[in-house]
Amino acid sequence: MALNNFLILSAFLFCTGIYGVLARKNAVLVLMSIELMLNAVNINLVAYSAFHKAVAGQVFALFLITIAAAEVGIGLAIVLLIYRNSHTVDLDDADQLKG
Amino acid sequence: MLNYGWIIPAIPAVSFLLILFFGKRMPKKGAEIGIVALSASFILACVAVYQWIDRVESATGGHASGLRALGRGVFGAEGAGHGEAVVTPVIHHFTWWQNGGIEFGVGIRMDGLAVMMLFVVTLISLLVHIYSTAYLENDIRYTHYFAMLSLFTAAMLTLVVADNTLQLLLGWEGVGLCSFALIGHWWEEGANSRAALKAFLTTRTGDIGLMIGIIILFFAVGSFDIGRSNLYALTPNADHGMLLAASACLFIGIIGKSGQFPLHTWLPDAMAGPTPVSALIHAATMVVAGVYLGARLYPVFFNGFSIGHGGVNFMVLIGGITIIIGALLAFVQDDIKKVLAYSTISQLGYMVMALGSGAWVAAVFHLFTHAFFKALLFLGAGSVSHSGSHHSFDMKKDMGGLRKYMPITFWTFMIGTLALAGIFPFAGFWSKDEILVTAGRSGYDIFLVVGLVGAFLTAAYMTRCVYLTFFGEYRGHGHPEESPRVITGPLIVLSVFSIGAGVLAWSAWPFHLEKFKEWVEPRVSFPVVVHPGFDYSKAAISLAVATLGIGIAAFFWFKREEIGALKGLTQRNKVAHAGYTFLVNKYYLDALYENVIIASIKGGIANAAYWVNQHVIDGVVNGAGRGAKIAGKFTYEKLDQRGVDGVVNGVAEITGESGGLLRYLQSGRVQRYALLLFGAVGLLSLFLLLANS
Repeated sequence: MALNNFLILSAFLFCTGIYGVLARKNAVLVLMSIELMLNAVNINLVAYSAFHKAVAGQVFALFLITIAAAEVGIGLAIVLLIYRNSHTVDLDDADQLKG
Repeated sequence: MLNYGWIIPAIPAVSFLLILFFGKRMPKKGAEIGIVALSASFILACVAVYQWIDRVESATGGHASGLRALGRGVFGAEGAGHGEAVVTPVIHHFTWWQNGGIEFGVGIRMDGLAVMMLFVVTLISLLVHIYSTAYLENDIRYTHYFAMLSLFTAAMLTLVVADNTLQLLLGWEGVGLCSFALIGHWWEEGANSRAALKAFLTTRTGDIGLMIGIIILFFAVGSFDIGRSNLYALTPNADHGMLLAASACLFIGIIGKSGQFPLHTWLPDAMAGPTPVSALIHAATMVVAGVYLGARLYPVFFNGFSIGHGGVNFMVLIGGITIIIGALLAFVQDDIKKVLAYSTISQLGYMVMALGSGAWVAAVFHLFTHAFFKALLFLGAGSVSHSGSHHSFDMKKDMGGLRKYMPITFWTFMIGTLALAGIFPFAGFWSKDEILVTAGRSGYDIFLVVGLVGAFLTAAYMTRCVYLTFFGEYRGHGHPEESPRVITGPLIVLSVFSIGAGVLAWSAWPFHLEKFKEWVEPRVSFPVVVHPGFDYSKAAISLAVATLGIGIAAFFWFKREEIGALKGLTQRNKVAHAGYTFLVNKYYLDALYENVIIASIKGGIANAAYWVNQHVIDGVVNGAGRGAKIAGKFTYEKLDQRGVDGVVNGVAEITGESGGLLRYLQSGRVQRYALLLFGAVGLLSLFLLLANS
């Protein structure tokens, strides 16, 4: 199998993720889009690992999955707190960062 | 204590600062600090006196055949014949600063003269402090008064212990400053502040002489040290012209400070101050500084004025004139304090005359005894005014007959009067007699006569003063009563000294004490002076003259009412009236100073100065002002408003504008930030692709 197919899939997933992050109003969906982007990176890592016959890429991918899990945990917790405070998960309403 | 003599002036100096900063918060408003400090100083001074006497006695006993004193040993056969042991003064000296090899030091020089003065100054100052607590009760500047008293004493003590002329000058000026402040204590009245100014400026006139004298002496000797100056003056190859110039200039300082003719006019006006201050000024601190300087640098004066040769010199002449003019003026005063002030002038004349005629011991001894009885008389006058005459000093209007109401004040005042008049065996008798005998023996016979005339006049005016104050009918309008104990206590102490101080020079039968000469007269660097013994005939004459003075004056005043010829003599007799007017106007000296000298300065020099001021200096100042104005206007309009302000405003505007644009980026929306982030990444990636291809 050619490397290109994997890379195209990865690029597609990544772009979908970016779209989701930028366009979606729902914070949960934004989090899911971030997961998509991370998985696109994972696919890239595994594909290159197989292509170069080097195991390091797969090890990185395993680490990434772990980190992504932790990240989602924190992200969901933040979303939950935002919801508790303002009874919404619409990101346009959460603009306190402008200071 | 001799080694640590500096502590004695340091204590009142510290007390001055303490009173100034903490006095008002103390329960007695600072008076207690002054009294405690002066008590400490007095006790230490007593210790110093004891140690000095011990030093002299042990030297006399143990080393009777020791080295001859330099002055006597080298220059005097007479001195050498006495077989006196050398007693060197205790000197401690350290360099304050030096410049070009010349050292300016501070130090102490403790000898008989210094410890004697320390004793007198601290004792009288302590008594004055105690007395003032009652006399100035409820005064508006009570605390400051005590602060100044402390500083006054500190300055005088600094002068006394000084071992060089510069330090002496420092104390001298400090004394002048404090007397200015204290004479003008009640400055709300114009007359008082004018009197303070007069005292200050008149003594300053003398101080110019003093300063020039110190400078001349420095160039002659090459040092400010008093011991070296005295030593130099005694060496045979000393420059006599320099010494004469130095002593003449220094003597002008003495004239100013010690109220000698013709600069005595400030002293009676200085009566404007509170009475205890007058006592302090006249007895211990201010005016005796001049005589002390004369005694301190005696070899300089002795050789400068050639005192040993027996001719009439500047010093003895001024002293003699002062005795007579002071005593005469005392007759026409109605103010009790002014009588005493003129009496002080006259008595200081005695001291200066004694110095000028070689009677060093007599002069210093008279200074010693005079301090006690003059302080006594002033404090007595203060007591009279405090409790007897409603704060008035006018003997003719508000006093009279007070002996019945104020017995303690009366008797102590009588003791002071008898001591001042020189009646046996009071202190004044011994000192005045010693002056007269020594003056006669050293070849100053004419001044012996002057002294006797002075003694006659002194006895007479003091009788007049006592009569007007204490005898006759009470003429005041108050309720006279005896003063409180804080006032009579010091009077009693001083009267004890006024009676007993003469013992130190009791040289007649049956004792031959002469301890004062033994203890006080310097034995190193000292000229050969005559020491005549007690002269019974001269003593009898001076006693007779004084008694005659008292007798005639008493006859005149007590019998005035009965004998018509005596009453109103000054109004009827032309000669007497002319004399009276002449005296009332104080020989027209004040008129001379104010109308002739000051007016001519005002008229001529002041007008010239005014013209220069108006035309030259003002022109320059105005021109400079105008130029500055033009330059200022240009700077303001062109540089400041346009240049500097433009830059500042421009920066602010740019910042504001860019801030306004940039604030759109800070939306606070996470997704817009993410968009920017990815947009930037995309742009950079594009840039990388284009750059690499």
